[in-house]
Amino acid sequence: MDISPATRPLVEIKGICKHFGEGPTRVDALRDVTMTLWSGEVVGLLGPSGSGKTTLLNAIGAIIEPNGGWMKLDGEVVYDNRWLRSDLRRLRLEKIGFIFQTHNLLPFLNATDNVAVVLQLAGRPREECIRRSVELLEYLEVGHRKDSMPSQLSGGEAQRVAIARALANRPRIILADEPTAALDSVRAEIVMDLLRKLAVEQQATIIAVTHDDKIFGRFDRIFKLRDGRLEDDGKAAEPDVVSP
Amino acid sequence: MNLAWRDIRHKLGRFVLTCLGLSLLMAVVITMAAMNRGQIEDATALVRSIGADLWVVESGTHGPFSESSRIPGDTREMIMRMESVEQAGAITLQTVQAAHAGRKLRLQVVGFEPGRLGEPVKLIAGRPITRSHFELIADKQTRLQLGETVRLGRDDFTVVGVTSGIVTLSGDSIVFMSLKDAQDLQFQQAPPSARRDAARGQQRSPVDLVNAVVARASPWVSTDEVAETIRRWKHLSVLTDEEQNQLLTRTVIERARKQLGTYMAILTVVSAVIIALIIYTMTMEKIREIAMLKLIGAPDRTIVGLILQQALLMGALSFGAGTALVYTLAQGLFVRRLVVLPTDIAMLFGVVVLVCLVASLLGVRAALRVDPARALTG
Repeated sequence: MDISPATRPLVEIKGICKHFGEGPTRVDALRDVTMTLWSGEVVGLLGPSGSGKTTLLNAIGAIIEPNGGWMKLDGEVVYDNRWLRSDLRRLRLEKIGFIFQTHNLLPFLNATDNVAVVLQLAGRPREECIRRSVELLEYLEVGHRKDSMPSQLSGGEAQRVAIARALANRPRIILADEPTAALDSVRAEIVMDLLRKLAVEQQATIIAVTHDDKIFGRFDRIFKLRDGRLEDDGKAAEPDVVSP
Repeated sequence: MNLAWRDIRHKLGRFVLTCLGLSLLMAVVITMAAMNRGQIEDATALVRSIGADLWVVESGTHGPFSESSRIPGDTREMIMRMESVEQAGAITLQTVQAAHAGRKLRLQVVGFEPGRLGEPVKLIAGRPITRSHFELIADKQTRLQLGETVRLGRDDFTVVGVTSGIVTLSGDSIVFMSLKDAQDLQFQQAPPSARRDAARGQQRSPVDLVNAVVARASPWVSTDEVAETIRRWKHLSVLTDEEQNQLLTRTVIERARKQLGTYMAILTVVSAVIIALIIYTMTMEKIREIAMLKLIGAPDRTIVGLILQQALLMGALSFGAGTALVYTLAQGLFVRRLVVLPTDIAMLFGVVVLVCLVASLLGVRAALRVDPARALTG
């Protein structure tokens, strides 16, 4: 599979810290984390349980507020020791796609509407929402299940619908938390191939937290976290910088 | 797409069952309101049936509906002689209890002068009283049939006409008979008692007493003016139709209405608490989906809309079903009259909408406080 060259940084973070609790119960989940991720990259985030992987993912996804540091997403400084945007949900809606360990589809919507809902929230007309949702489902080879409810989908199908939802608004950053954990090895390969394809085609950055050693080889770079600190980012070669 | 409706459709059976349960509660609230309105209708039924503008009663009293009132029978002629009075009639009222066809009949007997003001305006069957003795007009609630004979006092009365919905404020059926028969029934002594009084040399008390004289003012004169003239006579009191209605609804049945009102208020509070708990539970059950919606960028108005729409739909459907239940089933269940007025229904619906909005606050608060990161937890 071809790897598209990175063109510009999509995620830049410097000195990001996050702790939970205070005093003797204080836990430092992230300590001075600095990283730069490029468009078209598929990046792995590894580390033992409690190392801060999910916290880092949540901080990049503007789900939790760091305690300090600086963060730039898709060319916009969004955090500088405080959030610089008040509409973080809008930020998530427009720029970030989320894929979870479990599909987290809304159980009361069928596959098409689970994808269409993010488009509708972005204010797109209903017809366009449906058309793009069906296109995405067909692209991810689950178009035949477009009218099925989440409870009627297999694990792999549901995960692909969740990926379609994550891609619906053409986000520049896709955050995936254990995207293959609920899948068998064959389906895990398919999902990783798909993510790579998306990174190349949409010039998005994909950051995946995983423990699945079978897919380690699918990442352009791997970041290792231990006790909230970044150990290294050096599995792959430095990306080809065009315009930092 | 409407998320609230999609969520309801996903768990339609449970939603319908919840609405059915709530509808029973709402049916009770509506029934209470209908009982309250029915009580007013019952209390004023006779007054409306007679259709008088003025009630002339014993001086210093509030008339036969609230206390004893006795005036001479010739008061009618005196009233009728007033130029500003178009019609007048003397009436008596008394309560009797009789046994008939193996059941007890508790009746209020209205005596009136046939052909004069005081007889029921509307009959649903039969004819008005035309003979001076032993004819009776009965309300259909008595279950007496046309031509049927019932014994009241020492005489047999034949039912010649039937009215509908004319009952006393305590729910007893009202029957009408000629004034003479009613006076006999009220004042005539039983033979042994009469013989005893005669032996003691006591004179028979006069029986030409009535409880009230009802009058209708001429169209070109205001009722208040006529009432004011009668009040100047000192030996009589007078109530206008409006005063009589106020007396009946605000004084005579005031306590009963307050009690029903208190019960309704308690039920409304109970309903509000139950609706709040249901909505809170419904919200907490989908808290992960709400967190997910927040995570993918749904604004607060989408989340609040989801909860409020479900709450309002649940309230509206339950209220609709409750109203239908009252209209179809409850009417036959209660011995007292239920009156469901569109204005009462509209007002109660407004209360239900308000209750649903207030009751949603707990659920809305929980939804707005949920952390989007909750969607990421297993």
